[in-house]
Amino acid sequence: MTLFTEITIFVLAVFVGFEVISKVPTTLHTPLMSQTNAIHGIVMLGGLIVVGYADDPLEYVIGTIAIAFGAINIVGGFMVTDRMLGMFAKKPKPKAEGDDKGGAG
Amino acid sequence: MIQAVFEPGGDAATALYIVAFSLFIVGIKRGTHPTTAKQGNLIAAGGMAIAVVTTLLLDGIGNWGLIALGLGVGTAVGVIASIRVQMTEMPQMVALYNGVGGGAVALIAWSEIRHGISLGEDIPLDELIPVLFAAVVGSVSFWGSNIAFAKLQDLIPTKPLAVPGQQVINAVLLIGILAACVNIALNPGDPNQAVFIGILIAAALLGNLVVLPIGGADMPVVISLLNAFTGLSAAAAGFALDNVVLIVAGTLVGSSGTILTMEMATAMNRSVSNVLFAGFGGAPSGGGGGDGEERPHTSIGAQDAAIKLAYADTVTIVPGYGLAVAQAQHAIKEVADELESRGVTVNYAIHPVAGRMPGHMNVLLAEADVPYEQLREMEEINPEMPRTDVAVVVGANDVTNPAAKNDPDSPIAGMPIIEVSEAQQVIVIKRSLSPGFAGIDNDLFYEPNTSMLFADAKAAAGEIASEIAQL
Repeated sequence: MTLFTEITIFVLAVFVGFEVISKVPTTLHTPLMSQTNAIHGIVMLGGLIVVGYADDPLEYVIGTIAIAFGAINIVGGFMVTDRMLGMFAKKPKPKAEGDDKGGAG
Repeated sequence: MIQAVFEPGGDAATALYIVAFSLFIVGIKRGTHPTTAKQGNLIAAGGMAIAVVTTLLLDGIGNWGLIALGLGVGTAVGVIASIRVQMTEMPQMVALYNGVGGGAVALIAWSEIRHGISLGEDIPLDELIPVLFAAVVGSVSFWGSNIAFAKLQDLIPTKPLAVPGQQVINAVLLIGILAACVNIALNPGDPNQAVFIGILIAAALLGNLVVLPIGGADMPVVISLLNAFTGLSAAAAGFALDNVVLIVAGTLVGSSGTILTMEMATAMNRSVSNVLFAGFGGAPSGGGGGDGEERPHTSIGAQDAAIKLAYADTVTIVPGYGLAVAQAQHAIKEVADELESRGVTVNYAIHPVAGRMPGHMNVLLAEADVPYEQLREMEEINPEMPRTDVAVVVGANDVTNPAAKNDPDSPIAGMPIIEVSEAQQVIVIKRSLSPGFAGIDNDLFYEPNTSMLFADAKAAAGEIASEIAQL
């Protein structure tokens, strides 16, 4: 990809992001934040690539920590968002909240 | 062993990455309504699964043991944390997630630099600049988020900690970081790794120093801002790694954080730079009412409060962070249930910064089974205030202070407030008359239609609920 292709993607993503996220109501801002945190865990791909092609000890360490950090983001983020949104969804039943798994990895 | 199938940077992998980021966008879009948000979250998680699996199947990926180790540890921590965390602790949790996200980016940037050095060729500037950006912003958000976490978790004082010469030190650090970045950019063939590590350390210091002086009440802005930072750092990493899904996902998170930061700052009527650099909410600013004199106010007990509420037609509950601290959300819900069984209309008026992060109060009330429809936003409920019989303020202070509207000299002048003083009667449940985070007296407490109920929010709400039940 050329730099300008990447900048084009970036600029368009800014507009899409503002468009979509400004429609999220205040009520759902906390789940939005934890969900975007989970999406941010996409940086784990960088860690996977680093470790996957690494051949020196320091890079093993750096990359493995980066993978762990990213996995915390992804798994923890999606799961806690799921738990929170379950609270908004449940209405008739008083208390029966199981935690569905929403994580990936 | 998994068979490697995708060529790195090849069409198939890129196509799957495009599917992944499309699912992120669809997922967030579904997050605009409570009934579809849960499904949206699963869709976004599906996108993530596609992106991760695609990457694992890239040709030449090895070191499976280490990958499994990282994934295993991270998954275990993530699962345990997300199950154990209390809803009151969500701000800390999000701060921590911001932190690890930023940390991951900084580490990846470091290894990219090492990779570049080991190749022995010039690192192109369109890779080097994003790497440097990712390193600085990632390191700032890692350390800044950790400090925010420590403050929210009460590990360090939430009061603004002023370091003398703070601004000067920050400026020097920032200039130093920029100079070091220029130094590396000027030697793309052989960037000095020590200089790069110096950048990471200086950015870490900067992250600490910027967040340390910020008071607890400003945390909604800080958390949102750090969220935006980590997002942008991920996008920068995407530029460095030529990876579309990183660019798009990082940008989405950056947009989200930016929007929330601006909304929070608006809700406090302050600029973002004012939050970051003014150290607001420390010592009471001299202007407001002095501490010495006792102004006349009306004080009532739980029984009187129960009578006022039970014979009202409409009641609006105004919860603040104090409610969360006292864990009073369930007790308040009981009061609301008792009132509703007597035919009283109950609403909740939520100020945008009622809590420690955007939307925090809504989650706490949702946890207590308050129906979504009863949660009303400030703009929506204010016009209805004059028609409200009783407004009950629980653990909220500055966001109800009429001085924001009436007194142009007040430190909070112009801050949008929930106009409870417009209601027929006001009951404030609070431990004492002490000022809120802004360090100023709340004129609401001394208005003729305000009754103060001095008690712990949870205990008081419990008493009121049982008093109403006996009426």
